[in-house]
Formats: sequence, C-alpha cells, structure tokens
Amino acid sequence: MSKIICQCGHENPEGSELCQACGRTLTEAAAKRKTHDVMRYEGMARRSQTYHSSIIDKIWNFFSSVKVGVTLIFITLVASAIGTIFPQEFFIPQNIPAVEYYESRYGIAGKIYYVLGFHDLYGSWWFMLLVAAIGTSIIIASLDRGIPLYKALKKQRVERHDSFLKRQRIYTAYEGNASDDVIERIGEGLRKRRYKVKAENGHLLAEKNRFSRWGPYINHVGLIIFLIGAMLRFVPGMYVDEILWIREGETRSIPGTEQEYFLKNDGFTLETYQEGDSEVFDQTIQRTGAIAKNFQTDAILYKRDENAVAGSQDELTEVDHHAIQVNVPMKFDQFALYQTDYIENELYKMNFTMDNKETGEPVGAFTVDLFNPETSGVYELEEGYSVELTGYYPDFSGFEDGEPQSDSPLPNNPAFLFNMVSPEHPDGEVAFVAIQQNLEPLGPNEYEISFNGIETRDLSGLTVRKDLTLWILALGGAIFMFGVVIGAYWNHRRVWIKKGPDSILYAAGHTNKNWYGLKKDIAPAFEYAGLDQPMDHQELKESDSSAKEEEESGTTRQHK
Amino acid sequence: MRVSILAVLLAAISYTIYSSVAGDERLLVKAGDQAPDFKLEDLTGESHQLSDYQGQGVFLNFWGTWCKPCEKEFPFMQNQYEVYQDQGIEVIAVNVGESEFKVSNFANEYGLTFPVVRDVNKDVMDAYSIGPLPTTMLISPDGEIIKVIKGEMTEEMVASYMEMIKPESQESSE
Repeated sequence: MSKIICQCGHENPEGSELCQACGRTLTEAAAKRKTHDVMRYEGMARRSQTYHSSIIDKIWNFFSSVKVGVTLIFITLVASAIGTIFPQEFFIPQNIPAVEYYESRYGIAGKIYYVLGFHDLYGSWWFMLLVAAIGTSIIIASLDRGIPLYKALKKQRVERHDSFLKRQRIYTAYEGNASDDVIERIGEGLRKRRYKVKAENGHLLAEKNRFSRWGPYINHVGLIIFLIGAMLRFVPGMYVDEILWIREGETRSIPGTEQEYFLKNDGFTLETYQEGDSEVFDQTIQRTGAIAKNFQTDAILYKRDENAVAGSQDELTEVDHHAIQVNVPMKFDQFALYQTDYIENELYKMNFTMDNKETGEPVGAFTVDLFNPETSGVYELEEGYSVELTGYYPDFSGFEDGEPQSDSPLPNNPAFLFNMVSPEHPDGEVAFVAIQQNLEPLGPNEYEISFNGIETRDLSGLTVRKDLTLWILALGGAIFMFGVVIGAYWNHRRVWIKKGPDSILYAAGHTNKNWYGLKKDIAPAFEYAGLDQPMDHQELKESDSSAKEEEESGTTRQHK
Repeated sequence: MRVSILAVLLAAISYTIYSSVAGDERLLVKAGDQAPDFKLEDLTGESHQLSDYQGQGVFLNFWGTWCKPCEKEFPFMQNQYEVYQDQGIEVIAVNVGESEFKVSNFANEYGLTFPVVRDVNKDVMDAYSIGPLPTTMLISPDGEIIKVIKGEMTEEMVASYMEMIKPESQESSE
C-alpha cells in the first residue's frame, strides 16, 4: 500500500484527504472541496474512494455508495406501493387458484401482477433480493465510513497546522494575544460548558459529545439486527404461523409442534348480546341484529410421550385445560393458540325414522353418525324391524355407472343406501336417501326412510403461533431508535486553540451540525478570556454577498 | 477482510432466498429421510408398527375412499402384493381419517389381503407431511424412504417400485 507523506512528516494511508497528524490538505482535490464535506469523515482514507480496480473493489464501491443505497430504498418503496394496488394472495378467496383469480378479476394487469410476483410481494425472490441489497448496502457503507471515522477521532492530535484551522468555518487569528493566561482561561471556560479539554505544548483541543457521531452507525446496527431477526424466521423452529381447524370432540396434533402436542376441542361457543343485557347494546341489536360477545373453544392440551410413535393415542397426558377466547390464548412451550375463526353448524348426525308408507306410522327411529356410522351398518329397530346401511356417500355428487359418488369425506351432502328389513320383507327393501331425494331403485317399497332432524357441531379455527425472533426485532428496533436519538439531539463540537509565533492566537471551531449552538457554547469562554468572539466565516460570506447585492442595486438606481 | 464480509453476506442472503423460494417443501418428509415410525390398527383390530417390518420393504400407501385415483391403484397393489409378498415386501394402506364403516366396505369390495390401517386423527398423515392423495412412500428394508410418489400409479409402476425395495438376500433372512 502506498503512503502519502505530509510536509509534517506523518505517513498517511493512500486516499487520505487531510493529514491525520497536522490537518494539512494532502491533495489538490481535497483543498478545493468544501471544508464541511472533507470534515464529515475527518479527511480519512475510505476504501471505496481509493481502490477501483478489482472485482471486489467494484462490488464494495457499489454498495458503499449512499446514492445506490437511496436508490435501492426508493425502488423498494415503489414496489411496496405497487403491491397495494391489488389485494395480496393472502386476502383473496382460497377456493380459486391465484393465477386464475388475478387474471379473471383484473384482466391483463392482474396477470402481469401475478407473473411478476406482486401478489405475494414479501415472498417474491426479487423483493427479498432488494431488501437484502439494502441490508448489504447498510453494512458496507457503514464499515467504509465508520471505521476510518472511528480511527481518526480516536487518535486526534491537539496541534493542527494553520491551514487546517484557517479552513474551518469558525476561525479567527488574534494577534498579540497568545499568552498562557488567555489560553488557560479559554480552557477553563470551555470546561465549564462540559468540554473535554486536552492541552499539549500550550495548544488546546476542546471536544464535546463525540458519541453523537456514532448515531448513524448505531442506527444501522439496529437495522441489521432487525433484518437478521426477520431472516431467522426462515430457520425451522424459530417461527410458526399455522391454522388448526378442529371439530367439537376431535383431538388433533398441533401443527408446528412436531407431533409433540395435541389439542382436544371440548366444545365451541359463540355468545351474542341479548336485548336487555345492557342498554348500550339494545338499540344496535334492534338495528343490526346479533352482536358477538364471546368466541370460545374449551380446549384440552395433551403432550405426547417422547418415545411414542405416530398414530398411538394412548400415550397422551393432559398438560393444560382452559377456554381459549379472543385475546385469551392458550400458551405452552413458546407456542400460543389464538381463537381466530369458526364455522358453525356442520352436519354431525342425522336422525331417521322408518315409516310404513300406507299408514304413515313410524316403526322405529335411528341415528347415523355422519363421521362414524355403525361399522356393521346395522341399526336394530323394534320387533323384527331393522335398517342396514349398505352405502354411505358423505359428499354425494351424482351417479356414475349407476354408482353413487362422493367428492370428499366431508358430510356436505350426505346420501345413503339403506336396506329396510321388516317382518313382511325379511330380505329387505332398498331405498336411496339423499337430501330432498328419495329413490326406490329396485321398485316400489312398502316402507320408507324419512329424515327426522339433524345434529350439528361447530368447527373452531385456531391460529398456532410461535415467534422466537420477536425479542431480536424489539432489540433491533430499540437500538435503531437509540442511534436516531443520539445522532439527532446531540452534536459533536470541537474547538482548537493554537499558540502561533509572534503571540498570534489561532482559534477554530467545528461541529457536524447546529453552528448556532456551538457559537453560544463557546461565547462565555472567549468573553472570560477577554477576547472577541471568533468569527463565523459562512455568516460573513453571506453578509458580504448581500452587501454586494445592495451596492449593485444602489448603482442601478443611480443610473435611473 | 472485505472478501470475507461479502462472503458472509452472500451466504446469509442465499440461505434466506433459498428458504423462501423452496418454502415448506424443504420441511417435508422426502427421499433419503428415515421413515417416521407409526403404529395403527387395521380392520381386524391388529396393530401394525412400522419398526416391526424392519428387514422388509414397505410399500406405504396413503389413500381415501372418495379419491378416484386411489381407488384405481388398489387392484394393482393387490395383484403385485400377491407376487411380492413372499419376497419380503409388505404393503400397508393408510386410510386418512375415514370411518371404519367406509374403509371396511371398501376393503371387502376389493378383496384386499394386505393390512389396511386407519389413521383416525390424521396423525400419521401429519408425520409424513402428506399433501394430496394418493401418495406412496417406498421404504427400504432398513427403514429409509427411497422414493415418494405423488399421484396415480400404473400396475407396471407398482411392480417396479416393489422391485426397488425388495430385500436383497432373501435366502439368508429365511
């Protein structure tokens, strides 16, 4: 690595703008740049500004650019905005494939939306790549700037070259004032304003709130921790977000628990406010109908023996037993079960009677459990009467080659083939019974089966949630805010006092922002030392140019 | 230094994007995994535990009575079972959550002689992360999943699959 050797003899790494020892500018370009820009990173060499040849340099330089970072953020912003134009996949009806839904509903725009992955924005690879690129940009840009800045501020010299001081915005050379007493008094005054004052060979460096320079970097660390938290959600076992549909009376393994936990639904209740419950509700109930008061699943949580194998139900031990309500989840082993959905009144059992067609008199009644009919199929009635279930089609969809068909195992449209045995017909008579449909496929019967009511039960929809990344996200967020606060509410202020030859006293000041605050801060010290306030050259320049304008306008007026 | 930083970033990003694109696929039970053990009762009330079939090739079929492709496979499975049953192959048909009435009617209708077990609580189905039916798992004599077949099989396929999981030295085990 080549070095730049300053006139003062200090060796600076290639790419430095200011000498790290005396503060002289090291290049023509640096001398021409605005002092404020050079001072932002203390004139330190930055890798991204120094090396451009290898492929690694190019990647590094690309991501260290703030312009690139802002562009990436902007593209992400625009993509997120486009993602809100049509609903996300999560919110569209689940019964149609997404590809068809977007095209049929929104036409060609919808199709493009789907093909480009806007329908599942956060899950689309290019969106994740954008966020990843932003993360990379944050890390590299921070390292490229933060490390040199930290080094520069850590090993600051008290004495700086005159040219460094002259370039500062706040700068004055006081002639004939460089006595030790004056310098002593300035130092004392600045100490009173809680500056840390370092003295070296009669020169001073007073500094305050250096930590505020770390604000942006701390803020970026917070962001990176936040992104790591988000990334960890993809690691198995860190994050579970599933839905568990469970019928009353059923026991189901809880998704995400690797079959370790089981849940039994001991009953689902939906309560509504009744008129008279409370005056507050009466009017609204009359206007809009029922208002839900409570959604509740009475749940029993079981844990399965560690050595148990799938399918065996006898190794379950009860762990917890309580009602899951909205905002009252069941919590266990980092999991929580929330009441989020329900389906009321699913068909459960059907009651029938077998009637004599002629008299209309029932000869017996029986009940078929739609989820578990009698295994033998035989339902004994009284005195020589019985009904045998010979075919059961829970989701009857029509006949195919004379065979009744079922589309699913769910009793959405139950149909039955019965053989009715009576003393008159010991071999039975065949009846096909479906909702609003009674067929006698083998000719007219003497008996018939009629519906005699149904029993229903509810399904409870529970959300299974586990999130081990939450604390990481919170930590990242807190660090982020901490960085914002220290960067925003404190400013790094420095004052250099140099005893020059011929009793000239040089005073210069710099801050990263809030120059008014700096000037107010140092005023008492200079007053105490019996000196005029050091000048703000930017203010002088502004007043100069406005004075010039006045002059010019003055001459114009004279011409008139 | 910069190279290692870039490498770490690249690795983290690749992992995340791979995980998200692969989705839940990567968590599914797949070929190469050890077959999860299970224990279910057949229609005669006899228990069948997978680990009891160690040393035998297990042709594990998940099915439902309402599923047409499942129905078509059964005669093929029955035929091939008759061929391979003496060569160390066991066929286990796992019905997913249906009533004993439906399952035994079905088994009787097709005259099935291999064990038909019922997974009442869909527990084994979850353990094997079964999606659409039918799905068939070929389990080697040492309990490793050799292949996962999603969808309908022809009789030739059933035969070739049984050939795949046939224990090698049948004589020595007898």
